Amino acid sequence: MTEDAANTATEADSAKAEPPADAIPAKAELPIAAFDMPLLRIDGVAKRFGAVRAVDRLSLDIRRGEFFALLGPSGCGKTTLLRMLAGFETPDEGAILLGGDDIAQVLPHQRPVNMMFQNYALFPHLSVRDNIAFGLKRARMPRAEIATRVAEMVALVRLEGLEKRKPDQLSGGQRQRVALARSLARRPEILLLDEPLAALDKKLRESTQVELMELQRRLGMTFIIVTHDQEEAMTMADRIGVMDQGRLEQVATPRKLYEAPNSRWVAEFVGDINMLEGEVGPGDAGRLAIATKDAGTIVAAAPPDPVKQALVFVAIRPEKVKLSRRGPASDTAGTHTINRLEGIVIEVSYLGGFTTYKVKLDSGAVLKSSMANTARLDVDAYSVTQRVVAWFTPDDCVVLEQ
Amino acid sequence: MSARRIFARPARFAAIAPYVWMVLFFLVPFGFVAKISLSQTAIAQPPYLPVFELTQGLAAIKAAFAALSLDNFKLLVTDDLYVLSYLRSLVVAAVSTSILLLSGYPIAYGMARLPRRWQGVAMMLVIVPFWTSFLIRIYAWINILQHDGLLNKILLALHLISTPVVWLSTDSAMYLGIVYSYLPFMILPLYATLAKMDPALLEAASDLGSSPLRAFWLVTFPLSLPGVGAGVLLCFIPIVGEFVIPDLLAGSDSLMVGQTLWLEFFTNKDWPVASAAAVLLLALLLAPLLLYDRLQRHQLEGAR
Repeated sequence: MTEDAANTATEADSAKAEPPADAIPAKAELPIAAFDMPLLRIDGVAKRFGAVRAVDRLSLDIRRGEFFALLGPSGCGKTTLLRMLAGFETPDEGAILLGGDDIAQVLPHQRPVNMMFQNYALFPHLSVRDNIAFGLKRARMPRAEIATRVAEMVALVRLEGLEKRKPDQLSGGQRQRVALARSLARRPEILLLDEPLAALDKKLRESTQVELMELQRRLGMTFIIVTHDQEEAMTMADRIGVMDQGRLEQVATPRKLYEAPNSRWVAEFVGDINMLEGEVGPGDAGRLAIATKDAGTIVAAAPPDPVKQALVFVAIRPEKVKLSRRGPASDTAGTHTINRLEGIVIEVSYLGGFTTYKVKLDSGAVLKSSMANTARLDVDAYSVTQRVVAWFTPDDCVVLEQ
Repeated sequence: MSARRIFARPARFAAIAPYVWMVLFFLVPFGFVAKISLSQTAIAQPPYLPVFELTQGLAAIKAAFAALSLDNFKLLVTDDLYVLSYLRSLVVAAVSTSILLLSGYPIAYGMARLPRRWQGVAMMLVIVPFWTSFLIRIYAWINILQHDGLLNKILLALHLISTPVVWLSTDSAMYLGIVYSYLPFMILPLYATLAKMDPALLEAASDLGSSPLRAFWLVTFPLSLPGVGAGVLLCFIPIVGEFVIPDLLAGSDSLMVGQTLWLEFFTNKDWPVASAAAVLLLALLLAPLLLYDRLQRHQLEGAR
């Protein structure tokens, strides 16, 4: 499973590399985007606010038709990056190439890019129809065409019958859809979405996520979304860029981000994880034996790049840590190496679909485990103070050097 | 039910306080003025007839009522002196309010775009002139504008003029005085609406293809209209009835209605005509007030 994820991820990463020389069109008039050139190339972009480096020499390629998410804690620079794409901030350094043209210095109203604002920024004095038509009128589109396009947009976001309402006569979800229709009406090359679902309640947010994905697929448009909600990013995006302190920590598919994080920071930021520090010892082919002080020797799958440091971290997701009363059956068969750690259950949290456990190992370290509640009757449940074996395979482990 | 709870006993008394105030200090005096406006002038104490004497019985009061007439109002609308002074008041108020709006809007706009901590300072600078008496400030202008005043001295020193220019007792001086005095009343309501506007709206307008100037006309200006309305009324209404500024700074060849009223009252001792002039002035000013009220109600309903 991990190898699968790694494969898709390598494919995803290959788009970042330069297109092969023979792929570059001989004739200049050929549309560059038709080849492997990305739609948007962010090249060494930096932005400072006083002494703070909001965006720190960041490079990123985004393909046409991609749903890309910028994920990060608040203040990581993701919104600043988005605002530079929209034109509200000008980069101090670097270039932003859209279809090959540098738009870093182009004013916002002259960019073929539209933004959906976090609090929607609907014009309170204009009706739903006039809000959606606003951008079309500025583009000097003929009246009849505007009417058709507005009707099309209203149907797209299912706001029929509300065209004459003012924004403050709409519910939160309706306002969100007006904002979406308004930003899509001009058919931008790229739609930027700044925390578009943050103001909605949980149920509405989840259904809107699905709607946004369907819409993006149907229109074949390129979406770049900024969010601090990792579930939202995982659900919707083809690729996620995780940002911290103005830099991209990792750019990968949701699966690779979760199963093969490239640093401790990413591993801990995305989802929950057990982190064990240890020294690398000799192991079988494709395996590393890591001597941890909290959990003894752990056999882990060797990462694709050879490990250079002696001191590393072994990261295991809680749902990869299985609990049982005795050791797993395959262990006795001896066909696979399995890591087994003994301890006492000290905390049980029943969460409906799954239950999370905290197991205190004999070394005193605490291991988190999460198990799906696949049976309705709790014959398998463990209780506090129960002694259990926590086990996981070498492939369940990620070895991280930084 | 809930409204009644809110207006439970102590609160209910507090709620009627403004009405008591209005009745006591506006409606009752206005009743006197309205009655005098329907009377005839007389050389007596008080200088008008009829006088209601509650001690003379019902018949006398009936006779007094019968003696009331609209003659003073007829005089006001037929005599050029009054018609012209009303017209002049309206023209002066309209011109001054336009100048105030054109100069106050950019100032308010600039203030609203200052960094937060400077906005308070700017606000202080707008309000600071109020710390000096209004009359003293107008006298200061007389000092500046007079024949050997500061303005002429500076212009002469800069060789922009060769002989002193007559500033005082002209319409220019009056407009200068009015704009100077009323500017804060224009700036403050404008600033209040502009400062609370969401800057994201301008970004949205620009994102959707508006140049900064278009974004201003399509978004900022329409959204600032409540402030424009408040500022215009706050200036226009008192300027129509303005007395001190035109009396001190303008020439005496044409009068504003406030001055006419003053003349009738103090020089001619014609209380009934002066009262009628005051009542008519109030009626004139009621029109824009009602209009503004309707507009605001319309906006509120639109918001619902």
